[in-house]
Amino acid sequence: MLRLECPYCGVEADETELTPGGEAHLRRYGPGSSDSEFENYMFNRFNPRGVHFERWRHSYGCGKWFHVARCTATLEVFGSYKAQTLRPPGSIRARISSRRGGGKPEQG
Amino acid sequence: MKRYSGFALAREALRGHTGWRRAWESPEPAASYDVIVVGAGGHGLATAYYLGRNHGIRNVAIIDKGWLGGGNTGRNTTIIRSNYLQDDSAAIYEKARSLYESLSQDLNFNVMFSPRGVMMLAQTHHEARGYIRIANANLNQGVKTEYISPERVKRLCPIISLDGPRYPVLGALWQPRGGTARHDAVAWGYARACSEMGMHIIEQCEVTGVRTGNGRVRGVETSKGAIDCAKLAMVVAGHCGVLADMAGFRLPVESVALQALVSEPVKPCLDVVVMANTVHGYISQSDKGEMVIGGGADGFNNYTQRGSFHHIEETVRALVETFPMISRLKMLRQWAGIVDMTGDRSPIISKTPVENIFLNCGWGTGGFKSIPGSGWAMAELVASGQPGHLAAPFGLDRFREGRFIDESVAAGVAH
Repeated sequence: MLRLECPYCGVEADETELTPGGEAHLRRYGPGSSDSEFENYMFNRFNPRGVHFERWRHSYGCGKWFHVARCTATLEVFGSYKAQTLRPPGSIRARISSRRGGGKPEQG
Repeated sequence: MKRYSGFALAREALRGHTGWRRAWESPEPAASYDVIVVGAGGHGLATAYYLGRNHGIRNVAIIDKGWLGGGNTGRNTTIIRSNYLQDDSAAIYEKARSLYESLSQDLNFNVMFSPRGVMMLAQTHHEARGYIRIANANLNQGVKTEYISPERVKRLCPIISLDGPRYPVLGALWQPRGGTARHDAVAWGYARACSEMGMHIIEQCEVTGVRTGNGRVRGVETSKGAIDCAKLAMVVAGHCGVLADMAGFRLPVESVALQALVSEPVKPCLDVVVMANTVHGYISQSDKGEMVIGGGADGFNNYTQRGSFHHIEETVRALVETFPMISRLKMLRQWAGIVDMTGDRSPIISKTPVENIFLNCGWGTGGFKSIPGSGWAMAELVASGQPGHLAAPFGLDRFREGRFIDESVAAGVAH
């Protein structure tokens, strides 16, 4: 069972209290974009075996969306941060680097 | 290779079973092949088999980072059915199901295909209408299914509780020639047949890079050294995104865990496959007597082959409602496979942005049933460079063009 901290209400919530929302930090393309830009935004995903920046919703708590950095190969959680963040914050990136021997995150 | 037969069994019985040979060879990789298939699961081995049998291409290597059939091929609930709504899906899944009918004879290996019948329970009025629609679509597609009454459900499956505290059984979609097969035997049978054709099956050989030049594939880097190839077939299910990343493109796929579990063995009491999709659980009884149980997929990206416990709890809770007699069974084993989910829940059999790299992935929660059809269609694509009629609708370009093959609801399976 995953346990993630909601950055809004500070609760460390069980996975059953949360809803996963897929890859975070997608750049959205709408009318006026090319077919491949729209395809990339709408369908294509990094789907990494490693560090994944992703969206979660605290469905049975405060109801808000937030972001999590998590490793899909080990389920290690590097931290969560608010949804109004365009890129993973420096503190999260630093934590990933220190735990992963300086390797850079795959995305974001 | 010696053929397996009643005569061979009698001969070996008389000489103390000393004459059996390994079913397939384990050679070191050669420097170069016409085709390298990455992934020695059911789909990869079937691709290689039909490349050899249907298209005469036998200078083929099938490489795998683990052992043969050790991924999702060894981790599913072995259900075979073809009762899909869309014509394109029905064509390829029915091709697969019909190939299963004669697969033991084709491969000279008993895959224990058991067309015991698959029923998908309708437990809400919405679901009942959906299944009547699928039964009508299947009639047009030449897939034999019918919508049956609760009384018929009870006759086919006496241990079921029709009244259900939450969801009474209103009817079912019944496919009498659906069923199960021995999952390991499917991989072993294809492997033996591939090895007999002179193909190289190379296990414990992880692909670490894909070499390309001028937009074409040149070969792969592996843990056993570099291997050249004219064509590369990526057939790795959950890890397709990792492999595509090595070749420099992304896929419309996310990998999640799908769990299954089996109970202690009990005497025969369930001789059909039952799927209860509203409550997310399906069940069949193996030849050993174990109840084989599957449920819904986890929701988050995951490569660990371990699922979340609450999914097991939900699945078992749902099945205990429908089959009260299993409430005191002990569960023996639980496992998860990493399934590759596409947005429309249909597979991808396609050319890729790199010339001569071909892709077979996205089977999601429904890979085992489709192994022979998938291999058949993929072999056609790899051999000719163009998809045949089975594979054509399943190209990667369908996402760009908005031409989805929407089975996420239609198939009614637990996604």
